[in-house]
Amino acid sequence: MHELSIAESIVEAVQARTHEDQVRVVRVRIGKLAAVVPDALEFCFELAACGTPLEGARLEIAERPGRAHCRSCDQEFALPDLVLLCSCGSADLEILAGRELQVASVEVA
Amino acid sequence: MCSTCGCGTDDARVEHEHAPPDHDHGHDEHERTHTVELEQAVLARNDHLAQHNRDWLASQDIAAYNLMSSPGAGKTPLLERTVAACARQVSVIEGDQETVFDADRIRAAGARAVQVNTGAGCHLDAGMVHRALDKLQPEPGGVVFIENVGNLVCPALFDLGELAKVVIISVTEGDDKPLKYPHMFAAADLVVLNKTDLLPYVDFDTRRLVADARRLNPGVTVLPLSARTGEGLDAWLGWLGSSASVGFRPDVRTATPLT
Repeated sequence: MHELSIAESIVEAVQARTHEDQVRVVRVRIGKLAAVVPDALEFCFELAACGTPLEGARLEIAERPGRAHCRSCDQEFALPDLVLLCSCGSADLEILAGRELQVASVEVA
Repeated sequence: MCSTCGCGTDDARVEHEHAPPDHDHGHDEHERTHTVELEQAVLARNDHLAQHNRDWLASQDIAAYNLMSSPGAGKTPLLERTVAACARQVSVIEGDQETVFDADRIRAAGARAVQVNTGAGCHLDAGMVHRALDKLQPEPGGVVFIENVGNLVCPALFDLGELAKVVIISVTEGDDKPLKYPHMFAAADLVVLNKTDLLPYVDFDTRRLVADARRLNPGVTVLPLSARTGEGLDAWLGWLGSSASVGFRPDVRTATPLT
């Protein structure tokens, strides 16, 4: 359950910026290919925020779809999972999006 | 302005009892808040510590490998073999939720070891490795193996500052694991297929394993070996040697050639 570590990292990263300010909303971007389960992260965030100025804050998760670029045929397409295969048959892909694991912003009281 | 919570503009008057059905927000949503932009990686601190580990290891000419597998795939037996065959000083960071069993085995094999017990934790992170390196004090010019907590999911996400990530899979686990645990196999710099001595007794399609690992990680090298019999060990030692110019004593290579 690495989502607990991820949640703790989110709390830590936010607190490093907002210190003792009460945080109401935390907005994160999670790529579909980032190996993080949003439901599990929400559950863990509540636990990780306990006893901190983030306690009770709402976690808003923006999920980002995977996208890849094929170096062989130059097309760009949606990548639903980590199986690297272009419709042209090439596996020489560059993942453009979907691996995001970022804290975007917070709302502070 | 809302008579109860003060939301809205001064010329708007919304009374809750006459509110439209969608006016169901809690009052605290209308508390004055301000936005603080962060725009930073969630794992930025881990990545920072990992880079610190990487820089320190490089400054000491130490090659570090992060070994990851499910529990029981044979990480510790492979390390016991490797300790015996390595000409350079080997040190091991052992990650397990509980017990010092593995660190004891590594010490018995003749290498320095530090056990990290993660308790409820399912993986090692860069901070744990940083503290373990501090305690381990590995010899300059040596090799450090970080035996991660047995788990094919969580350790894949955390950079420890290693030179390479090695994923170990054993034939008794089944040939379908790469597609079931794609993140782990996508992160691997090398895949070691262990327990090949048991191949005659299990339904395991090596070609399928290799093909599926490469669907996730094109071109990844898969090394078949048996840590128990020593078969294939020379290829593993060769890979270690070429990946970091690590010296190994050829006279103690106990491997029998692959057939």
